[in-house]
Amino acid sequence: MKIVVPVQLVPDLVEELVVDKSGKALDLDTVRWIISEPDDHAIEQAILMKEKSGGEVIILAPDFEGVDDVLFAAAAKGADRLVKITGDFESGLNAHALARALQPLVKDMNPDLVLTGVQTHNGLDGPIGALLAEYLQMPYIGYVSGVSVQGNKALISKDYPGGLKAEMEVSLPAVLGVSSAESAPRYVPISKIRMVMKTSKVEEQDAGDLDLSGAAVVTRMSPPESAERATMITGKVDDVAAKIVAIIQEQGLL
Amino acid sequence: MNQDIFVLVEHLRGQVADITYVALAQAQSLAVETGGKVIAVLFGGNAVELSKNLAADMVLHVESPVLAEYTCDAYASALTGLIKEKSPRAVLMGDTTMGAEVAGVLSARLGMPLISNCVSIKGGKFSAKICGGKMMVEGELPAEPVLVAMVPGGFRVEQGQAAKAPEIKTSPVPDLSGVRVAFKQYVEPEGGDIDITTQKILVGVGRGLQNGDNLELAEELAEALGGAVCASRPVVDQGWLPTTRLVGKSGKAIKPKLYLALGISGAPEHTETITGSEMIIAVNTDPAAPIFDLAKYGAEVDMLDLMPALSEAVRKAKGG
Ligand SMILES: Cc1cc2nc3c(=O)[nH]c(=O)nc-3n(C[C@H](O)[C@H](O)[C@H](O)COP(=O)(O)OP(=O)(O)OC[C@H]3O[C@@H](n4cnc5c(N)ncnc54)[C@H](O)[C@@H]3O)c2cc1C
Repeated sequence: MKIVVPVQLVPDLVEELVVDKSGKALDLDTVRWIISEPDDHAIEQAILMKEKSGGEVIILAPDFEGVDDVLFAAAAKGADRLVKITGDFESGLNAHALARALQPLVKDMNPDLVLTGVQTHNGLDGPIGALLAEYLQMPYIGYVSGVSVQGNKALISKDYPGGLKAEMEVSLPAVLGVSSAESAPRYVPISKIRMVMKTSKVEEQDAGDLDLSGAAVVTRMSPPESAERATMITGKVDDVAAKIVAIIQEQGLL
Repeated sequence: MNQDIFVLVEHLRGQVADITYVALAQAQSLAVETGGKVIAVLFGGNAVELSKNLAADMVLHVESPVLAEYTCDAYASALTGLIKEKSPRAVLMGDTTMGAEVAGVLSARLGMPLISNCVSIKGGKFSAKICGGKMMVEGELPAEPVLVAMVPGGFRVEQGQAAKAPEIKTSPVPDLSGVRVAFKQYVEPEGGDIDITTQKILVGVGRGLQNGDNLELAEELAEALGGAVCASRPVVDQGWLPTTRLVGKSGKAIKPKLYLALGISGAPEHTETITGSEMIIAVNTDPAAPIFDLAKYGAEVDMLDLMPALSEAVRKAKGG
């Protein structure tokens, strides 16, 4: 079983997001890049499957600041091969361009399964998994929260709203967009990642010329203007608690 | 290309998804600009029942055993044929468990540009919400036929509903022999837990909870208030609470009289199902958290400090 896991880095939303001078994009100097959360679940799912039935897990990630940390963390969890995709991404990368760049690389790896995060929070042109699947001529299922492989087919658990799931059977190879792994992504201590850094190697593959077509052009980016923002309750914790109680009482709920 | 607007009808177990009505409302306003018609595309299901209140000029219905239950593979195949045949100006769907992936596959297959996370299209411009609701982007609607995956916010569900049922036209069944995915069965969510959709008071906890052990503080607060605890996705992913308590796109829609959102940032996947709450009070250490855009009241304090203080204050107020 060979599982290829393309992942992406996205801006950490805990940091303040600043729009750059062009007014069309985030100021990259202020962005802290972290692994996209569903991608972290895709890695976990791949590792869980490897632990259960053996095989090889290959992680691919475009070269953003912090990508080595993401790759080595995956190796510390059990990934076998780490591939950094290099290219000029500063001027913009979108899902279509990345999927096109991934297509020949993934095809050459001849995977049984491609697992990737079902979405990224900063994507504007669709999920990479669906695009990549089509470029690879493979079937796609997204919002996946469970996978079990039986021969050349896999039984997939797909999430619907309200906790409802659908079981679907897909012929392999296939691309799956993972929304949550069968168990929460494991934590790896920094010490283990440091050890892995000494022994693991990061391969590099060039993305070539990016073809950005397929996405709409952004002419303006700005924080949302909300019609009404919350009235802020200020003071020490006990004051805040007292004021909240007063509001709840006013509503006739206490 | 003609000027018609297609809307993919998303339905699950006999129910049309709310986002389909939102997309229909958008399609109506877009069709006024283009001078085209709104055509709802319906695969499988009971056509008369499902299309009875769709605000569309016409419903194109395709019936096939392969389309009886949704799979991305079958829907994308069927839609490919219809788009090639009718070449609409735009194809709208929800940015959902169905639409997001169908749109992605079609964009790659047909070379049509795709706008996802789209809130609205007006006057030839689209606006979309990204970065967990922290940024809005705008741009020109591409001149060529375009795929749009919509999120709630720009239009209300009722705007996409009509009093009169549209005309249903049955479309020939395309060749679906190449479909590689088969629907097997539905798996019901675990039962036996309280129903968060009927609670009057909900204490919602997010990643700000930091640790499963802190859940006790939330339980204590909910008990003092006579309500229940619910959660955002990370809390459920960690296994601190069961899926039955999940609020959001993949969980449940809530409509309590009071929603206390603690340590929840306010990502669209969470907030799209909390707008039925009568009052939201948000507690978050980040003053820029999008949850404050929805909340009536907010406080920028540590939820771990606030929970015990509030439990105490509530008990006192109740005279306990
Ligand atoms: C396919 C898909 C479906 C999804 N469905 C859902 C869904 O149904 N429901 C859902 O909720 N999410 C869903 N998500 C996830 C969603 O995108 C967000 O990641 C999630 O809602 C974030 O949860 P959060 O607000 O708890 O965490 P975060 O976004 O990490 O926010 C935590 C917040 O807590 C604050 N905080 C930290 N410490 C404290 C403290 N001590 N006191 C007070 N505040 C503190 C921080 O400032 C931050 O704002 C889905 C995602 C995908 C990809």
